[in-house]
Amino acid sequence: MFTQLPLVILLLPLLAFVLLIFLGNKLPRQGDWLATAIMAAAFGMSLLLMITKLTAHSGEVFSHSVTWAVVGTQAISFGIMIDNLAAIMLVVVTLVSLLVHLFSMGYMKDDVRYSRYFAKLGLFSFSMLGIVITNNILLMYVFWELVGISSYLLIGHWYEKKSASNAANKAFIVNRVGDFGMFIGIMILFLAFSSFAFESIFASIEAGQLPFGSEGWLTAAGVLIFCGAVGKSAQFPLHVWLPDAMEGPTPVSALIHAATMVAAGVYLVARVFPMLTADALLIIAYIGAITALIAATIAITQFDIKKVLAYSTISQLGYMIMALGVGAYTAGFMHLVTHAAFKAGLFLGAGSVIFAMHASLHKLHDHDTDAQDIRNMGGLKSRMPVTYWTFLIFTLAISGVPLTSGFLSKDEILAGTLAFSTLNGHWLLPLIGFIVAGLTAFYMFRLFILTFHGKPADEKVNTGISESPRVMTIPLIVLAALSLFFFYSFNPFGASGGWFFAAIERPLSVVPELLQPASYPVFYEAVSSVHLVAMILSVLIAGAGILMAVAVYHWKKISADNLAQMAGFLFKGSVNKWYCDDIYNTLFLNGSHAVMRGLRWFDETVVDGIVNGAATVTTFFSRISGWVDNHVVDGLVNGTAATADKAGGLLSRIQTGKVQTYLLYVIFSFLILFVFFM
Amino acid sequence: MIEPGLIHFLIVGAILFALGLMAILSKRNTIMVLMGVELILNASNINLVAFSRFTELSLDGQMIGLFIIIIAAAEAAVALAIVLNVYSRFNTISLDKINLMKG
Repeated sequence: MFTQLPLVILLLPLLAFVLLIFLGNKLPRQGDWLATAIMAAAFGMSLLLMITKLTAHSGEVFSHSVTWAVVGTQAISFGIMIDNLAAIMLVVVTLVSLLVHLFSMGYMKDDVRYSRYFAKLGLFSFSMLGIVITNNILLMYVFWELVGISSYLLIGHWYEKKSASNAANKAFIVNRVGDFGMFIGIMILFLAFSSFAFESIFASIEAGQLPFGSEGWLTAAGVLIFCGAVGKSAQFPLHVWLPDAMEGPTPVSALIHAATMVAAGVYLVARVFPMLTADALLIIAYIGAITALIAATIAITQFDIKKVLAYSTISQLGYMIMALGVGAYTAGFMHLVTHAAFKAGLFLGAGSVIFAMHASLHKLHDHDTDAQDIRNMGGLKSRMPVTYWTFLIFTLAISGVPLTSGFLSKDEILAGTLAFSTLNGHWLLPLIGFIVAGLTAFYMFRLFILTFHGKPADEKVNTGISESPRVMTIPLIVLAALSLFFFYSFNPFGASGGWFFAAIERPLSVVPELLQPASYPVFYEAVSSVHLVAMILSVLIAGAGILMAVAVYHWKKISADNLAQMAGFLFKGSVNKWYCDDIYNTLFLNGSHAVMRGLRWFDETVVDGIVNGAATVTTFFSRISGWVDNHVVDGLVNGTAATADKAGGLLSRIQTGKVQTYLLYVIFSFLILFVFFM
Repeated sequence: MIEPGLIHFLIVGAILFALGLMAILSKRNTIMVLMGVELILNASNINLVAFSRFTELSLDGQMIGLFIIIIAAAEAAVALAIVLNVYSRFNTISLDKINLMKG
């Protein structure tokens, strides 16, 4: 069951992709029902698999490999591995994918490439499931790249728009930068341990082997593999692609840029967690913290509804990475799962709003107003009740309000960072964690209030708005239900007693003892002692953030403009996204342009010079050769012809055509012969 | 009075031959050229008969002479037919104008 079923789940979306790409336009309704039905089947099987795994075989790990290729004496085997982590992840991926399929049936209804869109969704789901179930880092890398390419295709789905095709390129290229590091990391591991399989790599490290006999190389390998996660999970400094990726269709943003693809980086770190040294983990924790802070501060000042959600996604991913870095393994992965539900919900909710705005603007023949700008919305509450209430639940969840799933996981993460600082003294990490919690509550409620409350920006647009069709609201309702606490733990104020913490245990570190992070019992004890403090603090801070947002944007007691003026350069930096794109433009684009100009100069002067020189010499010799041809060879030929012509002309004169002349010749000839012979 | 001998006949034949040749080479009219040909034939006839009279050949020369007269008659018939055809083709019988084969 644990070898065949995952394979079937993996191959079902691929089947959907193949069917739709070749037969999509011939099928009724362009095959959307087929893709959705296949995804539903995959979800059903994943759910069955997860329940069986967690109830009957919780402690076991099912791994199965086949030899794929033999190079010299080196056998390379590929295989699948199902542990609790993979089983839960399978359900997350297939569920979100299924709901996005459903939602897209409404959202993408009149799209020109409707069937191809569903085919791409299938390809993406296939690649993502591949990452989840593989037991082999090379195979994971293969699926990793497949995820990259299908994300590229989906972001660039409306490739007629220049900004969309640019965003697709940017996403792919920035991801490649991270993947490059990951590949080097994989190669270090392979050179040291002659294997790609996680199990045998961990076994070798546990047996005391170090890559090239040095502890530094082990840390380096861990950090390099983490580079892949930096790219895919949009961590600083490679986070710049995710906001631009919002050019893709909104359901795609929900699937890829909220719930699954960006979670792949977190999943990767969780997979290689046992081999990460304390130093590598510290780097990971700080990268996560920096990302969380930067993205949260940018999200405050954005006005595009999807951009705000994109930066909030980056910020939450920073949280997960930070959690893994400090050793709060379960909390980090749990945040991945809960975040997948409520962030997919937020994106689909935003999609519902944008869909309605579009329809209303279209009816008014208004093509200049931006349907995604929250300044053009407001007062949508009564027009779209289902979207409003579900969006409220998602917003509460991401803000970390008690009774939601987000509260459970975020609270555990904050407790983890606080415990880490009491053990190691890195107080910056919990500080950033709490600041970001406050910022998150603030910008999410800012978004919520500006979109749904207050006066409509334009009455005419507002009256044209109506609730989205049922195929779009049902996924919202399902996700809203999944954003409540009782799915993850029956105790609304602590997840550590729930099934999730029982199922996902932090794996034992395999690195040499001196390099290990604080062991789990020690860490757990620290977490328990600070848990209450962390919980109270996080609730207070989230409450403060929400209160602030309500005061500024709903009651309008505090002017947002005055706040911005008070913040000064901080506000300017936030609006300009901390100049990341500008810095990359100056550094990499202009830098590479300068290199290109240098290469062009080299091309134009040196290479072209050599080529042109060779051409000149050749021309010179051809001239000589041509002269000889024209004058000597042609002269001989023409001379022969001219001689023959002249001789013919002369001789033709004696042929007069008169009989008497010929007779005269005969007689003369006869006389000459006569004289000669007589 | 000199007895006419073989040499005198031959001289007459040679003169006749020369006259015929002159006629063939110099006359523009095809009929005149044909008459030149007749002269040459008759010059050869005189030679044959003279040799038959003054040598051991007896009647052989005269026989051949008769043959030549017959052939000359046939030749004249054929030649005149050709001349008629030439005239109908070129509308002239002047040999100067008939020079299709000029190189």
